[in-house]
Amino acid sequence: MFEDHLKVVTLIQEAGEVVGRKKLQKMVYIAKKLNFPYQEKYQFHFYGPYSEELTLKIEELCNMGYIHEVKEKVSGYSQYRYAVNEEGQKLLSTYGAQIEKLGSCVRSMNEQSSRFLELVSTVMYFEKLEKDEIKEKVQTVKAKQKYTEEEMDEAFLYIDSLKGQVQ
Amino acid sequence: MAKLLGKLHEEKVFKDPVHRYIHVRDELIWRLIGTREFQRLRRIRQLGTTYLTFHGAEHSRFSHSLGVYEITRRIIDIFQEKKTWDPEKRLLVLSAALLHDVGHGPFSHSFEKVFGVDHEEFSRDIILGDTEVHRVLLQMGEDFPVQVAEVIAKTHRDKLIVSLISSQIDADRMDYLLRDAYFTGVSYGNFDIERILRVMRPTEEGVVIKSSGMHAVEDYIMSRYQMYWQVYFHPVTRSAEVILSKILHRAKELYETGYTFKRELSHFKTLFDGNVSLHDYISLDEGVIHYYFQGWMEEEDTILSDLCHRFIDRKLFKYTEMVSFTDGHLLSSYFTEAGINPKYYLVVDSSSDLPYDFYRPGEKEERLPINLLKPNGDIRELSRESDVVEAISGKRRTDHKLYYPLDLIEAIEDTTLKSKIKEILNR
Repeated sequence: MFEDHLKVVTLIQEAGEVVGRKKLQKMVYIAKKLNFPYQEKYQFHFYGPYSEELTLKIEELCNMGYIHEVKEKVSGYSQYRYAVNEEGQKLLSTYGAQIEKLGSCVRSMNEQSSRFLELVSTVMYFEKLEKDEIKEKVQTVKAKQKYTEEEMDEAFLYIDSLKGQVQ
Repeated sequence: MAKLLGKLHEEKVFKDPVHRYIHVRDELIWRLIGTREFQRLRRIRQLGTTYLTFHGAEHSRFSHSLGVYEITRRIIDIFQEKKTWDPEKRLLVLSAALLHDVGHGPFSHSFEKVFGVDHEEFSRDIILGDTEVHRVLLQMGEDFPVQVAEVIAKTHRDKLIVSLISSQIDADRMDYLLRDAYFTGVSYGNFDIERILRVMRPTEEGVVIKSSGMHAVEDYIMSRYQMYWQVYFHPVTRSAEVILSKILHRAKELYETGYTFKRELSHFKTLFDGNVSLHDYISLDEGVIHYYFQGWMEEEDTILSDLCHRFIDRKLFKYTEMVSFTDGHLLSSYFTEAGINPKYYLVVDSSSDLPYDFYRPGEKEERLPINLLKPNGDIRELSRESDVVEAISGKRRTDHKLYYPLDLIEAIEDTTLKSKIKEILNR
């Protein structure tokens, strides 16, 4: 019962606090691509892989009182912060299950900028293509973001390091 | 681009209850409609199990796909006069509009969850694989099928044409809201589509709406909100969907444990094995699924046969508002004690099990909002201008229900156990 919800709570708990919905979206996507047990369906949107299912699940967890959401204004836009509250901690201690090796990956991702995670998740979305094709595709679908060659190389290295951590 | 397919000698029309007529002038579109992969959509209902709640909801993905094509065609006719529109894109957008759902299977949502398949990947495979659709598209140029697939996958470089098929206000949503409202018979799905089409403006970053058309868009947003709670997330429909999903889970579990089915599993075998081919996938439709469910009603396995009886004969689960985590686990242990397998007969269904994107502005770069074009050329996000939309976007969007078979609970002989279960369910 609510196993998939619990996995999302576990991820936020491992991160401590996640700032930004976009960042949380990309963190779960990358975790899913690393074969952690996340089932949320993702589609490609303007800002990279996006899951409406995850958005709703987080809202459900907030409404159920397990996740604390703080809305703040940042340069004219709304931004949201997420953390597991006391009820959520109790829930995890009673029904939660450890997800092996998730913690270090999640903490590492949480230290990255959401712009970089957008790039990493987009690269992973096109992982069936060759490296050069991926770079070309990223430059096409993310033309506005103007990712540099260095950033893209960094993204590939970062993906390798994450994969190394979960092996 | 080598365009070998031109205009038809005379326009073809389909009578349509929503748009009155669907006009086809291009040989490409006419041929795509005639392919076996597209014709298969006639045998897949647009709203899956909703017909068990709203008996009129028998319309197919075929009619919806034609509707999306027709709305897109009308938008393009209006855009032809705008400088920002490139007429060369016309057939690419129309093909993508027509084929956007071609990868859907029967009861897609449950199939995707249980078997881990993805209708979008099958759309891509149908467009790029060894199919009639691919062969027709190829006649427009070697690169044409890839371009159509990219528009549908939303990974095409041209944001404007992607936004016509897939955005917060697109041809897909406009058709399904109107069509689903018409066929279910509800009165709240309607909005002034003609007005919306007239105030859409093409920009490099996608479609924007002329601010004078804001009130028509408010109606559209209201329609999305009401259709979700009244039709798409109707608890009776969800009950049927829960049972359908459990049937598929049970059949898969039996297959994996070596159970011998009375009926040969030819259509399901590769799905159960996790290696379904494009050919197998295309051969699935709702008729095939019902054929199996009818057969499984006679199986020795009592869970599978009972669930199939419930689905075919519409003996659905009852529901209550979700109980607490603790009560849920307690109920689960009581069910086991009573000999009712909670894995199949005690099911929580959440709004996130049927994700439906209500309109809300979200945060920066979360997803693209609906933008209004002001007379001075400024762009403003819809909810910043509309009090109605702002009010709706702050509304509750989540719900959880607990589904259970009341008849099996009533039949429990241990009266103490029975009252413990009923006491929790009636809280």
